[in-house]
Amino acid sequence: MTVKHDDVLGQAGRWRDEGRKVALATVVSTWGSSPRPVGSQLAVDETGNMVGSVSGGCIEGAVVLEARQAMDSGTVKLLEFGVTDEMAWEVGLACGGTVRVFVERLE
Amino acid sequence: MKRALFDALQAARAGKRPAALITELESGRQALLDGGTSSGDLALSDSELVLAKQALDDDRSGPLEETNLFVHVFNPPLRLIVVGAVHIAQPLVPMAALAGYEVVVVDPRQAWATGARFPDVRLVTEWPDDALRDLKPDRRTAIAVLTHDPKLDDPALGVALDSPAFYVGALGSRRTHAKRLTRLREAGIGEPALARIHAPIGLAVGAKSPAEISVSILAQMTQELHGATPLVKAGARL
Repeated sequence: MTVKHDDVLGQAGRWRDEGRKVALATVVSTWGSSPRPVGSQLAVDETGNMVGSVSGGCIEGAVVLEARQAMDSGTVKLLEFGVTDEMAWEVGLACGGTVRVFVERLE
Repeated sequence: MKRALFDALQAARAGKRPAALITELESGRQALLDGGTSSGDLALSDSELVLAKQALDDDRSGPLEETNLFVHVFNPPLRLIVVGAVHIAQPLVPMAALAGYEVVVVDPRQAWATGARFPDVRLVTEWPDDALRDLKPDRRTAIAVLTHDPKLDDPALGVALDSPAFYVGALGSRRTHAKRLTRLREAGIGEPALARIHAPIGLAVGAKSPAEISVSILAQMTQELHGATPLVKAGARL
């Protein structure tokens, strides 16, 4: 029995095999309350398809934008979202924690 | 991530081998730790290697202290061994699979342990003690004993309590469990081991149907896995 909602890397690999550009986002640290633990991953393809998550849904929009840049540029990025961060308010990290997300291209 | 390293990681996961991906967050350089050897374009010092192996043993992803390295632990799935191919096991198996467990159902009664009743799950029809010895429960394994028949439940519990499984639960009322404890004591099992048995099985959520009982078992397994104390509503009666 395989669980599709958890097979983020498997889906990322299949997208890449189909020739799509793919980026991976990984939660590398959290402070305070955060809905997804360290190690949680989100994979994004060039058309904006997503599998997995790095939050309860509040920062995914911003992460997807960064992921689409990373899949073009090949440059890695370390993103930080938190209540003290203006951007976090904009993207609505309402849970009151801070998360750092590492974004990279799957070559 | 380089495709070769990605493929090596996926091969380790498919082979159910513990693996750790170590990333230098500034450069994106990475090393894969698989079976004691590391590969990739990131060279690790001996002390970093020791810390990464420790994170793997602790099943804990996170930053490596005093470095800009992130260790991502990929351990094989948690396991649930269900003893008893009973009605309650039927919803428990897919629910546990959704929660990320690799499930095995043990029942020597071949009328119960059928592919029609349990599609897409590994069925073992050995006697429960032999089956559990072969399956070698480790500290990432939960065991739910559900046959309600002492001649199957007791041998299963004997092996389960001798293992480091993080969860051992047994179906049966308080009265059934009191009788079971008497039998297991007579069989020479000590009190600290007996105290590990969650019985009656599951959190007390008033579960009635097999699916509801499965929810209560899975909730209790989750609580044990994370060492959590349940939140209690203000004013709730205990």
